[in-house]
Parts: sequence; C-alpha cells; structure tokens
Amino acid sequence: MPRALVITAPGINCDRELLDAFSLVGAQAESVLLNQLRRNPTMIDRYQLIGLPGGFSYGDDVAAGRIMGRLIRQDLYGALVEAINRGVPMIAPCNGFQIAVAAGILPGPCKDEPWPESPAPATVTLSPNREARFVDRWTRIHVPETSRCIWTSDLQVDAETDVLPSAHGEGRFMTTPEQLSSLQDQGRIALTYGEGENFNGSLGAVAGICDTSGLVLGLMPHPERFTRWTQHPTWTRLDPGCMDPEPMGLQMFRRAFEVAVGVHVA
Amino acid sequence: MPRAAAEPVTDQVTDTIICRIEVRQSPGSADAAGEAVARSSADLDVSLVPSRVEHAWIYLVQGRLDQEMIERIAMELLADPVTQYPVISLAPAECVQPEPGVTTIEVHPLPGVTDPAAQSVMQVIGSMLDVDVQVRTGHRWDLHGVDDLAASRIAETLLANPVIHDIHDQPFFPESFPKGTTRQQATREIPIRDLDDGQLEELSRNAHLFLDLQEMKCIQDQYRSLQREPREIELETLAQTWSEHCVHKTLKSTIRYTQQQGDDDPASIIDASRPGHVVEADGSVTIENLLKSTVAAATHELIEDGIDWCLSVFVDNAGVIGFDEEWGVCFKCETHNHPSALEPYGGAATGIGGCIRDIMGTGRAARPIASTDVFCVGSPYLDSIPQGCLWPRRILSNVVAGVRDYGNRMGIPTLNGTVWFDDRYVGNPLVFCGCIGLIPREFVEGEPRAGDRIIAIGGRTGRDGIHGATFSSAELTDSHADEFSHAVQIGNAITEKKALDAIIAARDHEDGCLFSAITDCGAGGFSSAVGEMGETLGARVDLENAPLKYRGLTPTEVWISEAQERMVLAVSPEHVDTIASICLDHEVEWCDLGEFGTPGRELVLRWEGQEIGCLPMSFLHDGIPTPVRQAEWPPRTLPASTMIQGIEPIDVSTGRNAIESVLLSLLSHPNIASKEWIIRQYDHEVQGGSVIKPLVGPGAGPSDAAVIRPLAESDQGLAIANGLATGLASDPYLMGLAAIDECVRNLVCVGCDPDRIAILDNFCWPGCRDSESLGGLVRAAEACYDGAKAYRAPFISGKDSLNNQFTTDQGVTIRIPSTLLISGMGIVPRLDHCITMDAKSADNLLVMVGSTSGRMGGSVFSSVSPTDDDRLPMVDLQRGPRTAAAVAGLIANRLVRSAHDCSEGGLAVAVAEMCLAGGIGCRIELDTVPVTEDGLDPMTIAFSEEPSRYMLEIQPGDLDAVTDALEGLPWAVVGRFTDQPRLDLLVDSGSEPGSVTIEQMHRAWSGSHQF
Repeated sequence: MPRALVITAPGINCDRELLDAFSLVGAQAESVLLNQLRRNPTMIDRYQLIGLPGGFSYGDDVAAGRIMGRLIRQDLYGALVEAINRGVPMIAPCNGFQIAVAAGILPGPCKDEPWPESPAPATVTLSPNREARFVDRWTRIHVPETSRCIWTSDLQVDAETDVLPSAHGEGRFMTTPEQLSSLQDQGRIALTYGEGENFNGSLGAVAGICDTSGLVLGLMPHPERFTRWTQHPTWTRLDPGCMDPEPMGLQMFRRAFEVAVGVHVA
Repeated sequence: MPRAAAEPVTDQVTDTIICRIEVRQSPGSADAAGEAVARSSADLDVSLVPSRVEHAWIYLVQGRLDQEMIERIAMELLADPVTQYPVISLAPAECVQPEPGVTTIEVHPLPGVTDPAAQSVMQVIGSMLDVDVQVRTGHRWDLHGVDDLAASRIAETLLANPVIHDIHDQPFFPESFPKGTTRQQATREIPIRDLDDGQLEELSRNAHLFLDLQEMKCIQDQYRSLQREPREIELETLAQTWSEHCVHKTLKSTIRYTQQQGDDDPASIIDASRPGHVVEADGSVTIENLLKSTVAAATHELIEDGIDWCLSVFVDNAGVIGFDEEWGVCFKCETHNHPSALEPYGGAATGIGGCIRDIMGTGRAARPIASTDVFCVGSPYLDSIPQGCLWPRRILSNVVAGVRDYGNRMGIPTLNGTVWFDDRYVGNPLVFCGCIGLIPREFVEGEPRAGDRIIAIGGRTGRDGIHGATFSSAELTDSHADEFSHAVQIGNAITEKKALDAIIAARDHEDGCLFSAITDCGAGGFSSAVGEMGETLGARVDLENAPLKYRGLTPTEVWISEAQERMVLAVSPEHVDTIASICLDHEVEWCDLGEFGTPGRELVLRWEGQEIGCLPMSFLHDGIPTPVRQAEWPPRTLPASTMIQGIEPIDVSTGRNAIESVLLSLLSHPNIASKEWIIRQYDHEVQGGSVIKPLVGPGAGPSDAAVIRPLAESDQGLAIANGLATGLASDPYLMGLAAIDECVRNLVCVGCDPDRIAILDNFCWPGCRDSESLGGLVRAAEACYDGAKAYRAPFISGKDSLNNQFTTDQGVTIRIPSTLLISGMGIVPRLDHCITMDAKSADNLLVMVGSTSGRMGGSVFSSVSPTDDDRLPMVDLQRGPRTAAAVAGLIANRLVRSAHDCSEGGLAVAVAEMCLAGGIGCRIELDTVPVTEDGLDPMTIAFSEEPSRYMLEIQPGDLDAVTDALEGLPWAVVGRFTDQPRLDLLVDSGSEPGSVTIEQMHRAWSGSHQF
C-alpha cells in the first residue's frame, strides 16, 4: 500500500481533507509537521505520494505561502526534488500551490533540463484576486488536451458535474507571456477555469500547472474537497445515474495512486 | 524558535540599525488592493475621488544587519520577484517621496497593537539569517489626484481606525522602536473602608470597575471584617468576576415582575405552576433566579422527561449533546458588541476567536468544526450618525472582514448566519459569533486536581484588552472610543491555530489525555480562567512567569489582561515535559503559572515570590449580593417594529401590479436580499464536510440551514441554523417563541430530526436597570421555557449582553430593539436524504403546510407599508411542533423534493426564492392558502409572516402519501411549478396572474446591498 505524506505547519488547515482523499483511494496517509521534516529531511524517502495542503501557513503573512515556501526552499528543496526524481506524485492545492511556487518546486525546470542544485527564483506567482478579496466558489474545470499532468490527463470531464471548489484570496496566476506560452507548449497547463468562470483574473484562466515530469501538480482549486457526491454544490438535484462515476476530485487522486503503486521507496 | 517558559523580553539590541523596506508593485503588475480602495473611494462622500491608488507594504526592521542581509530579506523574503520590487532606505531622506499630484497616506499599528505579520517576519528572518530583529509593518497608499482633505477622509474612513492605527501623511521612518514603559510595580492598596456611598460609586466608575453601590458596599464590608484595605489586584479580580459579562447577575437574580394588562396575555407569566415562580398578593410574581427558572428549567424538565442525549448543559464553556455512540458535539454562541462598535474588524475577529476558544475549552478540549455569525447593524443608507459612532456600512464590511480573516485562517467553515438592519443599532451594533465542536464522549468532563500545574498555552500577555469584561458590561457613550481603546484588540488567528493543534495533540496523546481540565482566557483574562478552574480547590499563581509581549506590565495588568489566544490547562506535574515538547513542535509558547490547590481554598497571587493578593474563593464566587430587581410590563410606550432609513415605502393602494411590485421591493429589502457578498468571503467548505451549503441550487438561493458531515466515515450529519424575530421585539414573549419556531423550521427543512434539536439563547438587551426593559427580558425568558418544552428542544448553553444602548453627546439614549438570537443544531439521521430549498422540476406541486392569519405586525411588509392589522403573530405551541414533526416525516420518507421555511416576506418571498434558486417557475393561487380567519386580502396572504409554515415541493404521484401524513394539520396544494421562467401569483383560479420573471426576481434579490 503506497504511503502518502501530508506536510503540515502552523496555519495549514486543509490537511484533514487531504489525508482523507489519499485514504479513500487506498493510500496509507499520515501528516508530519514541517519542523520534524526540517530536522530530518530523509523522512521523505519513505513515501510514494506527497501532499502540500491548503490553509494559511504562517498566517500567509508577507504573501500567501511565502514564509513556508521560504523554509522549504532553505531546508527541504533537495529532499523533495529527490522524491520527484524517484517518481513520487505530488499535489499542492491552494496554499500548497503558493508554497510550492515560493519554494522553487513549481514550475520547475524546462523540458529535458534537470532540477537545479539550488532552487531557482520564482517565475510564476499567485497574486491577490482581482477583487482583492477572499472568494469561496465552485467553478467548472477544463483540462487542456495537451496536459501532461498525471493527475489530470485523460480525465473524463462532464460539463455539468465536473466542477471543483476554490476558496482563496490570492489565486490570480501571473507570469510573463513567454513563460505562459512555454508552459502551454510543454503541456504543463494542467487545469483552467471553465469559460466565464475565471473569477480571480488568472492569466490564461490558468487554475493549475505541473512540472515537466507531470508528477507535481499545483492548483488553486481543492480536488480533495470533492471526493464524495454530497460535497457537490447541487447534488440534491442531480440524477442518481450521473453520480455513478467517482467524483472528479477523487478520480484525480485515483490516477496518482496508480502511478504511486509503481514507485519504490528509497 | 519559541522557548519553554518565560524568556526575557528584548526591546533593544545594541549596535542596531533601522531599515525600511518598501515593497511596491512593478509597473504593469495588477495592484488589486490599490484598485479596491479606488473603487471604494468612489462610494464615499468625498470632494475628489482618486484617479488611481497605489498600494505598498512597509516593513521596518531593526537589528544588527548589514547591507547584504537587508538585500536578502528584501529580495528573498519580502518582494515577489514576478510582480513586485523592493525599495530599501536606511534614512528618512532615502524613502520614496510622493510625486507631484500624489498624496501619501501611511497606516501603521499603534505600539502595543498586535501585528501578526511582524511576528511572522521576525521569526523567519531569525531562521534565514540567524539574527535577532524587531519588525513593524505598515501600509502605504499613494492617492492620485486628491487634495489633503479628501485624502484624510479616505484614510479615516477606509484605511485606518485611530483606535488602533497611526496615520502618517508622509513615508514613516521612526528614529527608534517603542519600548515598553515600566509602570509602578508595587501593589497598591486602595482604601475603601472609610468611603461613603458617593465615594464608593465614584471609585467604581473612575477605576472602570463598573460595580454598583450594593456590590461596592459588600466588598467594603468584607474588608472591614478582614481589618485591612483591599489591594488593587484583589479589587480588580472581584470586578472581573462579578461583571455582568462573567457572572450574568441580572439573569440569575430574583425578579419581581408586575404586569398591568389583563387576562388576554398569551404569556401567562403570573402563574405559580411555573417553576420558581411565586404569585404575590398584589398580583405580581416573584421569580427566583430567572435563568434557572426558565431557560435551564426547561432543559432539566426535558431531561427528566426522557431526553437522554444531553451530555453537558450550562456548566461548561459550551453545551454538549451526543452525536453517536463515540462522539459528542458542542455549541457556543458569544457576542462581541462593544469592541465591535469601536473597532469592528478587531472586535469581530476576536469575537469569533473567543468563541472558538470556548469550544477548545469545553470538557477536555473539543475540535471546532463549524462557525456561525449574525450581525445587527443600522441601515446602510443612514444620512447621518451620532458623534462617536462609525457608519453602519463600514461596521458591517469590517465585521465581515474580521470574521473572514479569523475564521478562514483557523480553518473552520463559517456556514450559517444572517444580518438584520435596524437603525437603533447605530451606536451599538450586535456581533454574534457561534462555534461548534466535535468531542470524544470520554472527554466531555474535566476537573483540575490538587497539585496540577497551571499551564498557559498560546499568545503572550500584553496591555491589550484590559477591562474588556467590565467594558462590555457598561453602556456605550460618545467618549468610549477614547476611554476604552485599550479594551480593543487585534487577534492573531495563527497563534490560536497553533494552540489548537498542540492541545488536540496533547488530548489525543498515546499516553492518554495529558491534562485534567482546560479553559480559555476570555473576559477577565487569567483572573477569570484561573479563578473559575480553581473555584473548588484554590490556586497559587506566580504572575511573573507569564511571557509578555513587552516589558513593564504591572502584576495587576498581567492578571486581568485580555490578550487573545491564551488557554489555561491543569496538568499533572509528570506530563509537563511532554506538553512542552508538543508545544515546541507546534511552535507555540507555554508557561507554568503555578499550582491548583491551596489549604484554605484561596486564590493566592504572587509576584517574584511575594504575596500580592489573597482572596477566599468562597467570597469571590458566592459573595456577590443578589438584590431583588423590579420588572414591569407593558412599557409605557411600545417600541416600534423595525426602523430602517433609506428604504422607499411601498404604495399598495391600487393598481394591477401592486402585488408584483411589492414582491420585488421585498426581495430587495436589506433584511431579505441575498447575503452572497458575505457568504462567499467565508471559506464555508474547509475541512471537506460540507453537505448543504449556505447558497444552494444553480441560482444560489438562501439555504434554510447548513449541513455538515462531522465524521468522514459516517453517514450521519449535523444541521445548523438560527432563528431571529427582531421584528416582533415589541413583545419579547412572542418574539422568543417565533425565534425558536423559526430555528426549528430551518433545521427541519434540510432533513434534521426534530427530536434531536438542541438550542442556545443569546439575549442582547438595552439597559436592564430599567424595569420595563427587564420586564421584556422576563417575557423572552418565559418564551424560552415554553418554546423549549413545546418543541422538546433543550437549551444547552447561552449568553447575555444586557447593556446595549448608546448615549450621544446630546444626551439622547438610543436603545437597541430587544434581540434574542436562537442558535440551533440537530442530528440529520441520513445525509443522503437531505434536501435543499431550490425548486427542482416543472409539474411538481407546491404544498403549503400551516395556516395564515391577518396578524401583520412586525412583518417586513408592515415596515415598508402601513397595515390595518398590526397584531403580532403568535406561535401555536401545540400545532407548531406537530407541523415540524409531520414535515420532517415527509422528508425522511423521501416525499419532498424541496422545502423552504416561510419567514421574512412570507409565502410570496419564500416561493420566489425557491424559483430563483432552482431556475424554474411557479403558479400560485392565493385563495387556496389555508387561513385561520376569513376575508384576508391577497396582500396579507402573500406577505404574512405567520410562524409554523412550510413550503414543500412534491411530485404529483406522492400526493396521496402526503395527504395521509398531514392528516389533521392545515395544509393545501397552493400551486404548481412550471417550466416558464416566471412566478405567477393569482388571487383566485379565474383571475389574471400578476407575473414576475425569474430574472427580475434575481436582480431584485441579489442586485442590491452587496457591499
């Protein structure tokens, strides 16, 4: 049974639903405090799945994810890169995405280039939402055909039921036009908001990106909050038949689990 | 890294420099914060609106730093490399100066005001560079195209509150950082033995004790018998413990209630068969301990009568009921009215923070799983406000922001609430914050043991929040903002989250729970927390062990400070080291304040080994005098129903379109219109347990209640709702019953079992030294007794705030309408049987259960249009519970497709909401509605707010089964859903319909009052 690591820290608060999502697909999930990992980074070698949960790590002071990203950059970057090189799928929803960007884990190196020894400066960012305010809403989700992300490629997207919840104040994806087209060309746009639903004003309506291996997914929506049909915003009016397949969020975890089964622990 | 126990506070580092790092948006990058201020400025009444606003973050860092370190801090920590750039200045002259035509406003927290960002930055710089620094943060706003006058108005209205902020009109570069000021350390004696009555009252007022004369005399007698003067710390302890806020002395007092009116009173209070009531010869009634004889009596009688699922009622920080065999759920609702009047953002944030701590401090710690919030404020369209008040719209948007920032950071979904507008809340808004927790049954009880250490976990102690308990028990006046700014404070949610995580880790430790009792530091700070926990054992406290935010606090200040985010635990000495290591891992501070248990059951206070105060627990907790208070009813002038400025009255005199235009007006009334702008700012889905959300259906209609799945592995749910019937405040008895009925209706409509509902009371009343005001309070309390008994819904906890009025500089007292919030939670047996209020399919039938009368008093309709019949509606205590049970039965048997509570705006608004939520139409025939009296006009039938009524959508094939189940109750098929995108209201089957399209209804309902 693959083991899943959920990294928590002061202010992280979506660890429970992330643990639950990993468990629902069959992984043995546990959460470990950032400080314990910083003291002993080799603990990461034991895991085949990694999650950086949402929340308000260190209060999101300075900027969302900045401080926790800074601490990971300093003490855990190497261990996480090693895990990615080992083939470990990693998911970073919401604050996790912001942390991964600040830590230098996303977007990561370009196609066919190795991970740098020390983390590169950030080239994408998640700025305050267009309305400068926290927003909780479900949106339709689109997976670009070119996505090479192991979490999202080949998802059977149903326009009516495939929605994901977002809940953040700083989720506006920003980067240079060159970086955006390079991500697009390399199949690294893993998710976009449905048409007309780009509520935070993200460039290219980007909701999530992956690294060049497709293993590491950073996204603003919360797939871990759509693992049961009763979480769907209009489940009380859906035909029972359309609730037969697994909810979209759970499908994503299922895909990563299947990849993780083949990953060796160090 | 935080260290165990107190560490010396370093205000100063030698050889230090101060640098200012300003983080600005790069050209071409969006500046969302600046744009938001520019937008909001346009709504203000200012002479010049800024053409553009630029925002920058300011970090002031003091420490032993060199240029390279400063650059690393700026580039690697503070500025975003993609969208921002830093400007470093080491002297005032190096700051970015405003260009011509630009006015700079800088806003910095006042010294001593909590600055969470500064604390985080300080910690991470320490970890990056291994250097100790002090940090302060601020915001810079560059306003383009305004003059100084407009700039200062924007600053004071949108950007800062002088109660907690310094406002600068140029870049701020301090010469030095503030240091704590040392006050006189010695413990003062306060002579009272020889004071006369006038002097005692003067002392109470000047020292902000807010004790009345009788209480002061009682203290005087105590010290006369001890043959010494009280020390300051003792007097303060008594004032905190005896405050209305802490001891509920009015609700627990003996009350003599006199009633002028005759036999037609629905409340029948002059009744010796009510518990604790003695009818006097003059026709009045004496009620011994009002709370115990009404609210609590109902619960205890229900428990005796077979309700076996109440696990803890009234004795702890929250009431607990059983959820399943293994788990309990607890609920507490608090108010934070007076702090929110002065500083709405901080007041509301610390309000929700305090309520969350109540849940953390229930039993041996519950884990918070949901929050609720209800706000009562003045009209957003007032054209003037009294001096010393803030504008209602600012209060509302800031309390929303406060709950948002605290609740979201704690990771607790805020998923139910409401807003009620009435102009009499202008100087004294109400901010109710509720929190629900999940607790293993084995931890429902906790008691300290003699010899346990007194361990505090969480935030440091500062001078903030001194006198919050006594302040909240006083009446607000126009000078309170100056006098009580120290009672106001800013919270730091992450400190509380860390404390929560550490406490849950200690509770669930592999060696078993590491503490024997826990409580929160709320009003009164350590004095109340330790005083309450040590009530039966006594306690010895070493105050110098408390970690301080800055040096210089006197022992009394440490003892009564209401600094946020602190919890007190009773820990057996052998577990202290384990607690310490858990705190270290979770990066949260702790300290050892002393020991529970003294030979004489006293509270002994020490400072560096020396005794500075000693109070017998018996006098502290049982010494408070309990005078008989006089209450009378009715008042000489009956208070009005809702008063709300800026809402156009409706002319219903004639015209074919009257009913349609009234419907649209009511949908856009502030007390009915969508609260989506608030709801979406809250993370109402964190923890992943959301089942019924606050907005439902494709059209985002208003859900009656929220439902969550507290345990991932269980299909049983918890429904959460509230009831508020302030429109009926002119008779608090009827208001109380209506609020309970509404809360039950809301819960039933989503699939809750009405036999498993527990409720809470929150009384917010104008000054109760007034006998008429107290008369109203008695009536509301009697309603709680009658309502709880009738619905078999026990009260499990409650709270009161009894001095809600504002006296203007002109000497005019604005009294709030008497307000009773009923919060409720109930068990949902099967989550997959839950239903929502959005209409589902055309051709389904609209069934109305319940009967309608002509009593239009207190309705939203009556507040915008005069009515002939201003009698208040009355809950039928036999039929109301039967109706709830019947509707719940239909839902449990899967016979209902959607259900909606018929409340503000009546039948027409309820059906309009179902249609706009579901995106389908409906055709209603008003003459088919069941009525209690003949001859009601269509307007009354459409907009009556008679209680105990439900709107149900059922499939035609289920009509027979529904008919059988509703046998004996008033009900009828009153309409049919259609695939036309409109609501047709017909006076009778032959008449021309009045039609309103879904789009019109949507525009009215969600297009107004979104701030």
